[in-house]
Amino acid sequence: MSDTSKPIDPSRRQFVTRAGGAAGAAAIAPGVFLTTPAQAKPADQPVSSENRWGILIDANKCGNGCNACVTACEEENGWGSADPSEDRSRPDQKAHWIRKVTIRDKATQHVTTLPLMCQHCETPPCVDVCPTGASFKRADGIVLVDKHICIGCRYCMMACPYKARSFIHEDLKDQRPWAPRGKGTVESCTMCVHRVDEDGTPACVEACNAETHKAMVFGDLYDENSEISQELKKHGGKEIRADLGLNTGVRYRGI
Amino acid sequence: MKQVLNYRETEGKSTGFWILLGGLGALIGLALGSVLYMEHEGHYVTGMNNQIVWGMPHVFAIFLIVAASGALNVASIGTVFGKSLYKPLGRLSALLAIALLIGGLMILVLDLGHPDRLIVAMTYYNFKSIFAWNIILYNGFIAITAVYLWFMMERKMNKYYPVAGFFAFIWRLILTTGTGSIFGFLVARQAYDAALLAPMFVIMSFAYGLAVFILVLMAGYAWTGRPLGDAVLFRLKNLLGVFIASVFYFVVVYHLTNLYATEHHGVERFILMDGGIYTKLFWIVQILLGTLLPLAMIYHPTIGKSRPAIATAAALVIIGGFAQLYVLLIGGQAYPLVLFPGHEIVSGGFFEGQINEYSPSIWEISLGVGGVALSLIMVTIAVRVLKFLPTSLEDSVVDPHAAKAD
Amino acid sequence: MSQAKLLQRLFALMIGTLLLLPLAATADEDEEEEHEPLPFSELVITEPAQRYSEETGCVAPEEEMRRNHMEYILHQRDETMHKGIRTRQFSLEECINCHAIKDDNGEYVRVEDERHFCATCHTYASVKIDCFQCHSDVPVRASRLRTQQSGLAPHPYDKPFAGKLASETLPLLTTEE
Ligand code: SF4
Ligand code: SF4
Repeated sequence: MSDTSKPIDPSRRQFVTRAGGAAGAAAIAPGVFLTTPAQAKPADQPVSSENRWGILIDANKCGNGCNACVTACEEENGWGSADPSEDRSRPDQKAHWIRKVTIRDKATQHVTTLPLMCQHCETPPCVDVCPTGASFKRADGIVLVDKHICIGCRYCMMACPYKARSFIHEDLKDQRPWAPRGKGTVESCTMCVHRVDEDGTPACVEACNAETHKAMVFGDLYDENSEISQELKKHGGKEIRADLGLNTGVRYRGI
Repeated sequence: MKQVLNYRETEGKSTGFWILLGGLGALIGLALGSVLYMEHEGHYVTGMNNQIVWGMPHVFAIFLIVAASGALNVASIGTVFGKSLYKPLGRLSALLAIALLIGGLMILVLDLGHPDRLIVAMTYYNFKSIFAWNIILYNGFIAITAVYLWFMMERKMNKYYPVAGFFAFIWRLILTTGTGSIFGFLVARQAYDAALLAPMFVIMSFAYGLAVFILVLMAGYAWTGRPLGDAVLFRLKNLLGVFIASVFYFVVVYHLTNLYATEHHGVERFILMDGGIYTKLFWIVQILLGTLLPLAMIYHPTIGKSRPAIATAAALVIIGGFAQLYVLLIGGQAYPLVLFPGHEIVSGGFFEGQINEYSPSIWEISLGVGGVALSLIMVTIAVRVLKFLPTSLEDSVVDPHAAKAD
Repeated sequence: MSQAKLLQRLFALMIGTLLLLPLAATADEDEEEEHEPLPFSELVITEPAQRYSEETGCVAPEEEMRRNHMEYILHQRDETMHKGIRTRQFSLEECINCHAIKDDNGEYVRVEDERHFCATCHTYASVKIDCFQCHSDVPVRASRLRTQQSGLAPHPYDKPFAGKLASETLPLLTTEE
């Protein structure tokens, strides 16, 4: 569990500040400027590479035995216990977007528990290998599957280091309109992209806060003043399998 | 006086021919039935799951694709390296290459979650994906080999065929490297994280392709009652021996380098010692039956000269090849991803850190067998309608000097 | 030589079926049941309860929608999927919300039913669509057609960001002290 520690370059730090400031003003039309917070994106505006969404998870705060984030995700996106139509698949064939993992350090016997989902890699292997480009990364760093062009080859599942993706093995019904999913395609955590686009917070983060564990912080990694950036600056955050150099958008503390 | 080399269609009136055709056709029919069922119901009827995402169909498909490029080897040796003994075999070799590749691709396509979106696969390309490159490589291979074949068979174009042969040779090497690289890109999977995989696939292709070629050649000549001389057969047999030994060498190096890298000890231990079915397949089928036994048979002074023994050796190589791919592909997925080095998994949703289970369903196996049958039926019909096979491959026809020199 | 011809045909047939296999693989087995084709004018297409606007009726003139609805849906699909543009005018969900049809028991009819708005014409024209493999074929939440509409122009703001915050800058923010 090593940290991605690259030398800090002061000129870059300045650059980050400036970019953070620039993101505040969005041009709606030539000449017309709206000064709103960077995240408040009007529905007709495309997402921008001035943001990068991320989640910081503090494993020390994560409750052992608590499953609130998983349940909330199931409910929000209509999979697992919230999807009665996926009833013929065996347990190892069912969809899974987020899971709780408990690990014990072999040396110190320290037990850690944490949620694990798509890490929204900046250089995602799933995107690199996808033959059709169905796996893609949005400008704001969220990695998605375009199920319209996914051919179900499952190469991305082979490539993902985190086992974050699932293939749908049977016909589904009654999907959530904001989270379409279906047979023969691959899916994974979308960082609740439908909420993010409307200035919301992913369901797992919300649920964790509601449980008062407050183990998860969601926000814009490129915005210096966001809570997540501040937290990361103060306490740092590790990647799982940092050795792969994927620069994940989901970061952990206390592992 | 040297006898002339004559190509002729095989006869197709005997009941044997029709039985063969019918049998292969039935297998293809079964495969199609399975596909309809799998695609209609969804993949839940298969043994594949979200941990073992590539299963039996992929073992068959990769075997056929790899063997396809190897089958072209015989033609290449004749054309590119100018060995006259191999020249009469060139047509069959190219035909087999195309047929095997099409069989393999059919399996691959029909196992997709959305085979109906084949058109998407052809129109949306992600040029970063080695998989997309492979689609281009495969189509190119079929095209180039077809041209090569045409140049060989058309008298007017005959003078160009060495050029085409050279291209096909180069293309084939790239193609197998590409197939091997499919795994090379899966850096997070312990078993595939080896630069050696791509060259190993090239060598594997030589062995599997040649084994298939020898079997088809022997069967073709035996069933049509055409003479097949020892010169050709023994030369091919010896070549097969060299290839088996090379694969063996690569397998040894692959496992040794993995054992050298500490982070791969877990997966090595799994494959070599306590992987259950995978360990058995590795030691008993791949190494013992698929490598050592055929090597011994081929190089044995007396057994090595018996035709049934040669055929058995070739068949064993094929069986060993399937085992090797099964161990590599499925075994590599069965071993869990290592997310937290230095930690043990106490609990985890979704089979965290567990050895993943896989038992192939009848549908997947039937699809795989159907792909093989498709390759063979294409060869059977092609040699029946076009002039692929020389009427005789007797020593005096092939190479008057070879008989003694060998 | 007639046998050779026969085989040649067989060979061609095989290659042909091979190419068609992927299509066959997903063909529905219940497709064969033949209907007397009704004239188009006799198809029962239920009018939706509300109108998008007085002039156009639907979200674009009805003539246009009849012919080119798929273009609008396709365009919106890519905009939403890849750029996160979430205007509602051409959203498939809103099509369903507005055009959903209830049966006698007050339940929404599913897409397998020919009374379903999409199914009516698509069965008639036998144009197979796979939208509803993933999307819900009945309304799930209230329409947001009016609330989510900030501007109708598809994407006036496409200006690329002047600088790039590349991977090396993120660790800056994330280094542990
Ligand atoms: S975690 Fe896996 S699915 Fe998510 S972006 Fe990375 S490689 Fe892709
Ligand atoms: S399964 Fe779909 S998303 Fe994954 S690699 Fe294949 S086409 Fe791309």
